[in-house]
Amino acid sequence: MDNITNLTVHELVEKLKSNELTSEEITKAYIDRINDKEKDVGAFVTLTTDDAEKKAAEIDKKRNANAQMHKEDTKANVESQANSENPVCNDELSEFAGIPIGIKDNLCTKGVKTTCSSKMLENFVSPYDATVVEKLNKEGIISLGKLNMDEFAMGSSTENSAIKITHNPWDLNRVPGGSSGGSAAAVAGDLVPWALGSDTGGSIREPAAFCGVVGLKPTYGLVSRYGLVAFASSLDQVGPITKDVKDCAMLLNIIAGHDEKDSTSYNVEKKDYTKNLEKGLTGIKIGVPKEFFGEGINIEVKEQLEKAIETYKKLGATVEETTLNVAKASLAAYYIIACAEASSNLGRFDGIRYGYRAKDYTTLKELYVNSRTEGFGNEVKRRIILGTYVLSSGYYDAYYKKAQKVRTYVKNEFNKAFSKYDVLLTPVSPSTAFKIGEKCNNPLEMYLADICTVSINIASVPAISLPCGVDSNGMPVGMQLIGNRFEEEKILNVAYKFEQEIKFRENHKPSFKNK
Amino acid sequence: MTVSKEELLHIANLADLKIKDEEVDKYLNNLQDILNYTELLNSIDLKDLDETIGANDSSDVFRKDEIIDFDNKEGIMENAPEKERNMFKIPKVLN
Repeated sequence: MDNITNLTVHELVEKLKSNELTSEEITKAYIDRINDKEKDVGAFVTLTTDDAEKKAAEIDKKRNANAQMHKEDTKANVESQANSENPVCNDELSEFAGIPIGIKDNLCTKGVKTTCSSKMLENFVSPYDATVVEKLNKEGIISLGKLNMDEFAMGSSTENSAIKITHNPWDLNRVPGGSSGGSAAAVAGDLVPWALGSDTGGSIREPAAFCGVVGLKPTYGLVSRYGLVAFASSLDQVGPITKDVKDCAMLLNIIAGHDEKDSTSYNVEKKDYTKNLEKGLTGIKIGVPKEFFGEGINIEVKEQLEKAIETYKKLGATVEETTLNVAKASLAAYYIIACAEASSNLGRFDGIRYGYRAKDYTTLKELYVNSRTEGFGNEVKRRIILGTYVLSSGYYDAYYKKAQKVRTYVKNEFNKAFSKYDVLLTPVSPSTAFKIGEKCNNPLEMYLADICTVSINIASVPAISLPCGVDSNGMPVGMQLIGNRFEEEKILNVAYKFEQEIKFRENHKPSFKNK
Repeated sequence: MTVSKEELLHIANLADLKIKDEEVDKYLNNLQDILNYTELLNSIDLKDLDETIGANDSSDVFRKDEIIDFDNKEGIMENAPEKERNMFKIPKVLN
């Protein structure tokens, strides 16, 4: 079978169940694919393929042993009805055991480098696993490696990585988006079947849109942040980047849940997010906020979304234009709040306990200053300075306090919208993937790439990004569906029905060319 | 608000960062651009609104004050840029 890497995870799971494929075959197919395509894409910071192969072989062995044991148990049960106890295997495997994954390099992995794509953490090996990584391990999911990102998740193109440039599989001259650019490019290029990313202002959804894959930013608090290297703690969430919506729901099933180690994680009832995917859309009310389609939004992006709106009407949903005037205010508040929190969070990188330490210093202050100045890249320093400025005495009220009030305003506006609509539909980004180098020298222009996504983090609500078409260059256009807090089920359902209707993956494939 | 060079250097010092002379203008322009953009917040009526503190509106979260032993102290020390025995090594701070 030469197209293993083209399969979705739910297809792989079926093939594992029916013994059509083994974990080793799947893992090897991915390693071959990485050996073939990684040189063009550059998605990985660290590869753990050797370890992955070993783990896959172990899981196959266990699965065979379990199958053998089941067979004998069944035989024994048929022969003698005396034993009323169910056959219990000591090492029952999850259905995902032996499925590979890629992990964004800001999630701590015990024994494997976690660099955040920064010189500061170039050699950092976490002494513990992030809670989400622990959850993957528990399922027997195998990591193929750590994926590239903008340094400390600050950026919208992955060009801020201190390690390497990642290329968009749909056009190698273009960026994959960011900051989870490695994760999105790896999924789009079939280098991993699915991946974990993180999203502070759009870092899952924008790269997913640029790379034509599915990305979900869960409600703040649904997924544990323990072991996610903190950027802006009140906005960061870990989430799935996948080939399709069903895979997205399945990965969310695995990572969601309260964690004692993250007091901001919610204790909500455990749901099966795949359960309602097939539900019909009759009765669903979709609001389309006109402000998200105004100035600065590329005409081709608009056209694809208008088509999507027609598709939804065809599917039986009620679609209405509405108003939600939060995008610009959210972006302004976002850069104040995110940078303020980042300046505090990144204070820990002092060259003492871990991370980069400068060679030249005499005093302790010099050790701090030189290590941080040499270890951080420009964008990170820019944001630390902005964050320090807005928190400094004299400016706190004018910026930080005001931004926190704006946050309340944005939340209220979303509440109003959700009192009328189940789901809101917007673009993910004003444009499709831009050329590498195009926006590097203008931070504010780069920040504007987040104009459609940041308000979702500011309001703590969930949103999914999925492809809805391509532009005239053949680049994917993303659609964003926003739900009310903890209503992931609803947006997954609305996304799934659309995906089934337009069949994006069947009709469009990445070119791996320099266009 | 307009940020001066002196202010920028003061802020950088608070953040334990050094800005080279040739970088000052670039940092100043970038910072000013973003601060100017945030001016648009002044047009929103925030009079009766409270601040959102953190993302959750739940009340404080409590847990028992228990010591949980971390099982990988070697893993912690292996990341130390400089160490002596089981301690992080830093320059002398007292004379």
